[in-house]
Amino acid sequence: MTKNYLLEIGLEEMPAHVVTPSIDQLAQRTSKFLKDNRISFSAIEKYSTPRRLAVLVRDMSDKQTDIDVKAKGPSKKIAQDDDGNWTKAAQGFARGQGMTADDIFFEELKGVEYAYIQKHETGLDAADVLQNIPEVITAMTFPTRMRWGNYNFEYIRPIHWLVSLLDDEEVNIKVLDVESGRMTLGHRFLGEDVEIDNARNYVEKLRQQFVIVNAKERKDIIRDQIQTIADDNDWVIDVDEDLLEEVNNLVEFPTTFHGTFDRKYLEIPEEVLITSMRDNQRYFFVRNKSGQLEPDFIGVRNGNSEHIENVVQGNEKVLVARLEDADFFFKEDQKKSIDDYVNKLKTVNFHVKIGTMYEKMQRVHQISEHLAEIFGLNDSETKDVLRASDIYKFDLVTNMVDEFPELQGVMGEKYASIMGETDGVAKAIREHYMPISSDGELPATKAGATLAIANKLDSLITFFAVGLLPSGSNDPYALRRQAYGIIRILQNNQWSLDIDKLQQYLVENLDVPEKLDLSAHVDDLNDFMIDRVRQWLYTTSIRKDIIEAVTSGSNFDPISMIKTAQVLQSHVADQNFKLNMEALGRVVNLAKKADFKYSKDLKEDESIFEHPSETELNKQVQAIYGSTTKDIAQLYDQLVALEATINSYFDENMIMDKDEAIKKNRLTQLVVLNNLIAKLGDLSKIVVK
Amino acid sequence: MTKKLNIQNMILTLQRFWGEKGCMLMQAYDTEKGAGTVSPYTFLRAIGPEPWNAAYVEPSRRPADGRYGENPNRLYQHHQFQVVMKPAPENIQEYYLDSLRALGIEPLEHDIRFVEDNWENPSMGCAGVGWEVWLDGMEVTQFTYFQQVGGLQCHPTTSEITYGVERLAEYIQDVKSVYDLEWGDGVLYGDIFKEPEYEHSTYSFDESNQDMLFDFFNKYEKEANRLMDLGLVHPAYDYILKCSHTFNLLDARGAVSVTERAAYLSRIRKMAHKVAKAFVEERKKLGFPLLANNESAKEKAND
Repeated sequence: MTKNYLLEIGLEEMPAHVVTPSIDQLAQRTSKFLKDNRISFSAIEKYSTPRRLAVLVRDMSDKQTDIDVKAKGPSKKIAQDDDGNWTKAAQGFARGQGMTADDIFFEELKGVEYAYIQKHETGLDAADVLQNIPEVITAMTFPTRMRWGNYNFEYIRPIHWLVSLLDDEEVNIKVLDVESGRMTLGHRFLGEDVEIDNARNYVEKLRQQFVIVNAKERKDIIRDQIQTIADDNDWVIDVDEDLLEEVNNLVEFPTTFHGTFDRKYLEIPEEVLITSMRDNQRYFFVRNKSGQLEPDFIGVRNGNSEHIENVVQGNEKVLVARLEDADFFFKEDQKKSIDDYVNKLKTVNFHVKIGTMYEKMQRVHQISEHLAEIFGLNDSETKDVLRASDIYKFDLVTNMVDEFPELQGVMGEKYASIMGETDGVAKAIREHYMPISSDGELPATKAGATLAIANKLDSLITFFAVGLLPSGSNDPYALRRQAYGIIRILQNNQWSLDIDKLQQYLVENLDVPEKLDLSAHVDDLNDFMIDRVRQWLYTTSIRKDIIEAVTSGSNFDPISMIKTAQVLQSHVADQNFKLNMEALGRVVNLAKKADFKYSKDLKEDESIFEHPSETELNKQVQAIYGSTTKDIAQLYDQLVALEATINSYFDENMIMDKDEAIKKNRLTQLVVLNNLIAKLGDLSKIVVK
Repeated sequence: MTKKLNIQNMILTLQRFWGEKGCMLMQAYDTEKGAGTVSPYTFLRAIGPEPWNAAYVEPSRRPADGRYGENPNRLYQHHQFQVVMKPAPENIQEYYLDSLRALGIEPLEHDIRFVEDNWENPSMGCAGVGWEVWLDGMEVTQFTYFQQVGGLQCHPTTSEITYGVERLAEYIQDVKSVYDLEWGDGVLYGDIFKEPEYEHSTYSFDESNQDMLFDFFNKYEKEANRLMDLGLVHPAYDYILKCSHTFNLLDARGAVSVTERAAYLSRIRKMAHKVAKAFVEERKKLGFPLLANNESAKEKAND
């Protein structure tokens, strides 16, 4: 027989962002609990509001399934004495299983015989098993937790009531001092306490008390009501999903309303208006059909439409007070010049150990200059990035960014335009923060992209210089994200940049105070950047061993690593791919045995060649050196063409020859070849089996 | 709402309400402070095992928020109505909503929401979990369950309700500027506070003597530490409050650089942590008298 089981946890208002993940977690834990306890069910329905998390288990069997269990006891040696009589240990084991020693049988495990008892366990009633459901409730984890009252227990918010019903029967449980029952609370103001007669009536009983427990239904109501308002007014309202999700989890019974503000405030930059409405007040903003912002907003009330005029009026008043402030800041900020702000940055620290924002901009200017040359920016782009690098943090000390920190960069662009900077400069200022998240939007202009890389690079080299390297999950300055951003921007623009060479250049040329030792962690930063290339490649469908190979070579240019990986990946289906890689991999592995490294002067001695294959390989390798190709696909073709030659070379020649001179000569030959192969990566890492 | 409550009647209503809920009606503490939370009636009493229920109005000085009396919402000094209950009664949220009803704010006629807002005062080693309460989109109250005070874990947990007196009054009296609020019979907020706002702003932003304030800070800090060494917890605490206010004045004046800022905050935090520990020690020596009171009261009730 099957029944429906309802579990509802009643809480003080949870943070909006916690509600959805928590109900998912509760459902998942409940499902695991039931499966672990051998109780079948057809589905778990999830219900959630700010004040409650509830699961309704559908068609749950009212009994655990029976099982046969085999319990392992002592070894035979201990279970029986020399005469074959049961020992006390054996009898104790049997008793512990609720059986007698006569039920014991032996089975071998890893060469030793052990006593076993087989028994049939009849499943318990589901109602009995559910006595343990409090462990599901208390095992929940949350991003923030709190203690309350006299308890030493932590939870997202205080627990106030529990409903635990198997069809129409109460399954009594207790968490802290809260005992379960069938009574639940309705809407805080519109509803009353109500008894749930049967688990299956949960949704309807609460609906009568002005609680829409189905989060999706609540969302649809809000969406529909917004659409109606939009249609009535000929507006376009782009419903922001994140905002809808948040607003939805602030209400149990949603009613949308529409408020207005004076048109004069539309002179404030749009981003500021949107931040005030969306982020500060959780309103949806409104555009007309031609895309312009209208002086209107949509809010969502936790209640019905009675007296909604009070709610509208109150919300309008709050918004106007905010806009009034924003208007004041906007006008006030324009009374000063960019120079005034830049000067002020001399007193603003970037980081105590590193120096001021002003000093950072000076370094970034130098880095940008070098990068602009490497990336081949044209004159006007170079001019823009250099001017931008001198001022790009100025908005940090404006009133507006002080009030709305999330508008850094955005206000920088606005004010720069107003104060007469070129479009390119203004855009670069906004774009230098990009990408803001790991898959965030990238700079669209070359000047912006260059400044973004220079700014991030400066953060990386200076934090590394003072020993503030990220470790484990500890990355307080988001250096991983910034490094990853650099890789993405390089990739997006197909810009080659040898990270190692760049660092060497900066160590020698960048003007920094003595406390910043840029040479201290050069290798660490190389590795750190290469790790980010790996991370980028993992988001593609390129094989893991190829990723390992291309990021383990002599290459420090992210773009070339990525290209190489793509070339290798494009050949994996080739008939000879494995044989090709095997041949080249052998060269790599043997070359590692040499106790010397490649240098330009390293030359093999043809006079002591013993076999034609040595001469042949030498000829072909020199031909590749002679072609000086920079194209990776071509280099790949040239190298795999050596396969037959390499194989006959290994057939004919003993590398580790007894004669030291010959051995060294052959290793030299391999090291010289490997120098070419290493441009692709460490090909010995390619899986060929 | 028949007749709109003026500020003093609003305060009287809240006092009567919370008094009936078992709160002692304390008076504002006489040392400058930035928030009702740092009154010893909250900060010190939130620490340790003893129960504590109190309500009081606390004038709170925030020099950097001064606007020369010109901004309709920002003030050098505003007023908080502070309620602390330890341990928090189970139905504290319902108490709070009832207090709004007592002020004539009927929830069915408005939109009241509890929006997550975790509160932190790092300079005093305090952290709590809770909400800002929105009344038709306006934040009128901060509602917090203290988790840590002075760097010490709170057990039992104190609930703190902080009403923004001016904010709430602006709502109740439906005025656009704080200076148009009626304080007492026919006397406006502006009549009382506009000139002081102007003068304090002028002092904080333009006229304060930085050298003297830096000197004060060092001396207050030294005195606080000396007093803590002598076991004089309450006088020491007064000097910590003075340090805090002096720092706020220097900060408003722009006299503290970003680097130094962190260092000053850390100095205050160290003292706050030390005094919190000393206070618990002191109460322990006294045998946690309020705990005993509470128990004998319970016993009496049971008899």
